[in-house]
Amino acid sequence: MHVMEGFLPIGHALAWAAASAPFVAHGLYSIKKKVSSQPEAGMLLGLSGAFAFTLSALKLPSVTGSCSHPTGTGLGAILFGPTVMSVIGCCVLLLQALLLAHGGITTLGANTFSMAVVGPFVAYGLFRLCQLLRLPFSWGVFVAAFGGDLMTYVTTSVQLALAFPDPVGGFMASLVKFGTVFAVTQIPLAISEGLLTVLVFGALRRHSEKQLRDLAVLPGGAGS
Amino acid sequence: MNRFTKNALLVFGIFLLVVLPFFLVSGTGDPGKEMFVGADGKAEEIIKEIRPDYEPWAKPFWEPPSGEIESLLFTLQAAMGAGFIGYYFGRKHGGR
Repeated sequence: MHVMEGFLPIGHALAWAAASAPFVAHGLYSIKKKVSSQPEAGMLLGLSGAFAFTLSALKLPSVTGSCSHPTGTGLGAILFGPTVMSVIGCCVLLLQALLLAHGGITTLGANTFSMAVVGPFVAYGLFRLCQLLRLPFSWGVFVAAFGGDLMTYVTTSVQLALAFPDPVGGFMASLVKFGTVFAVTQIPLAISEGLLTVLVFGALRRHSEKQLRDLAVLPGGAGS
Repeated sequence: MNRFTKNALLVFGIFLLVVLPFFLVSGTGDPGKEMFVGADGKAEEIIKEIRPDYEPWAKPFWEPPSGEIESLLFTLQAAMGAGFIGYYFGRKHGGR
């Protein structure tokens, strides 16, 4: 989902950066508030960051014959809410842009918007929806991580289709082309991320149940 | 289903999803073309197809000098993250 350095026209690059900025700002405020009210949350925040860090480095093969990587932002979005992951995702993307020439500084705003804003918001929304529907906890986690991962790549496709509409078919034709590369490739990877996130949440419920209650991920905590 | 079976099934599912593409997809039809390249690179090809005249207006400050160095850095990224995840659960499991 990394739009490469210089590959978005300057107007688009600035617009996506402006769109991402408020979410990152809210995330910084939200992290400060959560960590000062629950010092234990700091370690879990580290875990969320480490998970996104690891998963976004793993380029996995897909049925389309190309490779792509999961995003790992669903876990943290469920634990801390979406904007906290906007901050963490933005940091991961910045490091990859500077050290790996993967993504870029000019496209940081656009990449932050897809991986660190849309992905976490979709994941958080789906998780809460599954809770309202009283689906089993693991199902909610799976649906959230799967949806967040997939929608990140759909967003990248939309961003590129907006910047590079097809000369004949326009935006829609372009969206189909980019969507085939990004979104279709991502489906099996998003399932993998969903399963992996369920695995990690299983371990969290066993070892960190109290914090999950305090963060209102599970019912009946101090924070809810 | 006990915890061990459930976790084993989850891991097996991920394993299948990673390994199956190698068996499901065979060759691009063009022997000169590499399989399982990055989707980001494929998107770049589409951009060049739609707008052959588009010139990227910025370049990365630094690029890993070779594919090996790039994979070293990606491995480092994954290893540091995995290390912290291991530390977190190890600390919890040890009860402090």
